[in-house]
Amino acid sequence: MGEVLALGEMLAARTVWRAGQGVATRRDGEPSGHAALDAALPDGGWPRRALTELLLPSDGVGEIALLLPTLARLTAAGERVVLVAPPYLPYAPSWQAGGIDLGWLEVIEAEPKQALWAFEQCLRSGACSAVLGWPQTGDARALRRLQVAADSGDCCAFALRDRRHAVNASPAALRLEYLPGEHAWQVRKCRGGQVPAQPLRLAH
Amino acid sequence: MLWACILLPQLALDAVLRRLPDPETPLALVEGPAQLRSLHSVNESAAAAGLRAGMRLAAAHALLAGVRTVAHEPAAEARWQRFLAAWAYRHSSLVSAQWPHAIVLEAQASFRLFGPWPRFAQRLREELQTLGFRHRIALAPTPRAAHVLAGLRDGLAVRRPEALRTMLDGVPVRRAALPGEAGERLQRMGLEHLGQLRALPRDSLRRRFGLDLLDHLDRLYGEADDPLQCYAPPDHFDSRIEMGYEVETHTALLFPLRRLLGDLCTYLSIRDGGVQRFVLRLEHEEGHTDVEVGLLAAEREPGMLFELSRNRLERVALEKPVVALRLLARELPPFVPAARDLFDPRPQQALDWPQLRERLRARLGDESVYRLAPADDPRPERAWRRVFGEDDAPHAQAPGRPPRPAWLLPQPVPLRDGRLRVLSGPERLESGWWDGQDARRDYYVVETARGQRGWAYVAPGAREGWMLHGWFA
Repeated sequence: MGEVLALGEMLAARTVWRAGQGVATRRDGEPSGHAALDAALPDGGWPRRALTELLLPSDGVGEIALLLPTLARLTAAGERVVLVAPPYLPYAPSWQAGGIDLGWLEVIEAEPKQALWAFEQCLRSGACSAVLGWPQTGDARALRRLQVAADSGDCCAFALRDRRHAVNASPAALRLEYLPGEHAWQVRKCRGGQVPAQPLRLAH
Repeated sequence: MLWACILLPQLALDAVLRRLPDPETPLALVEGPAQLRSLHSVNESAAAAGLRAGMRLAAAHALLAGVRTVAHEPAAEARWQRFLAAWAYRHSSLVSAQWPHAIVLEAQASFRLFGPWPRFAQRLREELQTLGFRHRIALAPTPRAAHVLAGLRDGLAVRRPEALRTMLDGVPVRRAALPGEAGERLQRMGLEHLGQLRALPRDSLRRRFGLDLLDHLDRLYGEADDPLQCYAPPDHFDSRIEMGYEVETHTALLFPLRRLLGDLCTYLSIRDGGVQRFVLRLEHEEGHTDVEVGLLAAEREPGMLFELSRNRLERVALEKPVVALRLLARELPPFVPAARDLFDPRPQQALDWPQLRERLRARLGDESVYRLAPADDPRPERAWRRVFGEDDAPHAQAPGRPPRPAWLLPQPVPLRDGRLRVLSGPERLESGWWDGQDARRDYYVVETARGQRGWAYVAPGAREGWMLHGWFA
């Protein structure tokens, strides 16, 4: 009992909350493997049953490294991860070196139009625990469908898109934008919490 | 054991009549060479007009000008006998079609399921009536005796071996289905009944008529085992639905398709098998179009098979009208249903992965869903491969090498960037001299002006002519 805890810390950890300011959200997100990111996100990780949007200036800025700890953990636990119409060939030795169990990583090849359908099917099926897609469209309705499908299929959806879509509204639960100048990720939107003001520099 | 024999006196004729809308009009089956056509069998109204089997076709036409004739096909007859054997297989596990025009089935074991013999026999008769086959049924303790009794009189039922002996002793020798000409010859020798024949010394009978006769008698009376060629259901499925009209749209094919797949799944569940590959044959007036449906694992769920076949079917352009749809399944592997936890908290409308995969493959193409596995070649473009299906290969470990990019470009592309920064390298790669795809490259990890980390190579020792081969992501 002699231990003294700072109230601020407990508030930050959401073990104590102020009455009248809404209930604390449950921190039941999918841990991202990056401590700084987990701490900044209201769910304590990637939101489950929801769409996460990664807004990229170009391919190859560390988007896979950002997701890799989660994907590695899921595949190692025997959960299925699906890549729907990836923009390049996923290079097997590299993904394996990153800790992915290739037996649980499925790749689907599809044309852009079919890719959205395949993305939604995978999300809705409930047979996958994480699905990565590269939707080309800026259509908010398509994204809403993905969001609903992720919810009904109990699945983490990751949409990797061009950062020019950042200005458009999106139904995604979480939006992260990569800032190439600062080599950092900026949270643009997160459901159920305050958007962190500072970009997050993650080591990967 | 009690054996029931169903005798089909008009198998060939019934097979033709059952597909005609008006079986009452005079009809005759015709056989023989074109110059010497004769009647194989006739229906009742033709018989009433005086037509008889064996009559010359010209004579038949003279008697009844309007008689309809259909060519007799022995192969069709055999096919219908197999069909009836398959039908009988629903009522008993021991079914034989080894004697022409007859189906023999073991009945006693089925009494528990279908009730005592009178009710069971009634059921058989009703079903045969519905199928449209004239029949005579008899029951006896041995299959051969049942066969003989069915030929003697319809509805005979003998249960006890002693009663059978008495009954058989009174059977005329000509009607006892004796092998070869023995029946005729014995008749001419003055022997009337089987009882008299059995009283003769066996040795002299064997000398005069051969061993076959004695074997037949022993098996008839149940004194020797009678090995039957039992019917086994075929290990393939072939069914066909003929359209009433010419079909030119996909939608009109969906109903018959659903029927065929329903039949297939019923058949599969009887066999306790699944289907992995089947062909939908769209038959045109001339020729046909095949739509192949292949699955990565055996399945037998009608809804899923329908959805897959529908997707495949809709990708095929109907260039000619379709007159019939046929489903052929040659490979029926054993089916292992996916184990599922009773309390598995799965979302509604959930699919398991094999179903989802088949749905994706049906729409996107057979080779569109795969897993990755490392391969042993040091050349990056060959250091991986696709794995289709349930192969366990992805568990192979890639050898340890310097960092590799997550994304590989399908083809290396020239990289023109004035502000290219080399982060690490070179890693020299010299390989492939053995198969003509010789590769000599120095790989570097580079950073482009836009902050992307790329994997690029140049010729050994050079600093010009960068080729981009992958992205670190």
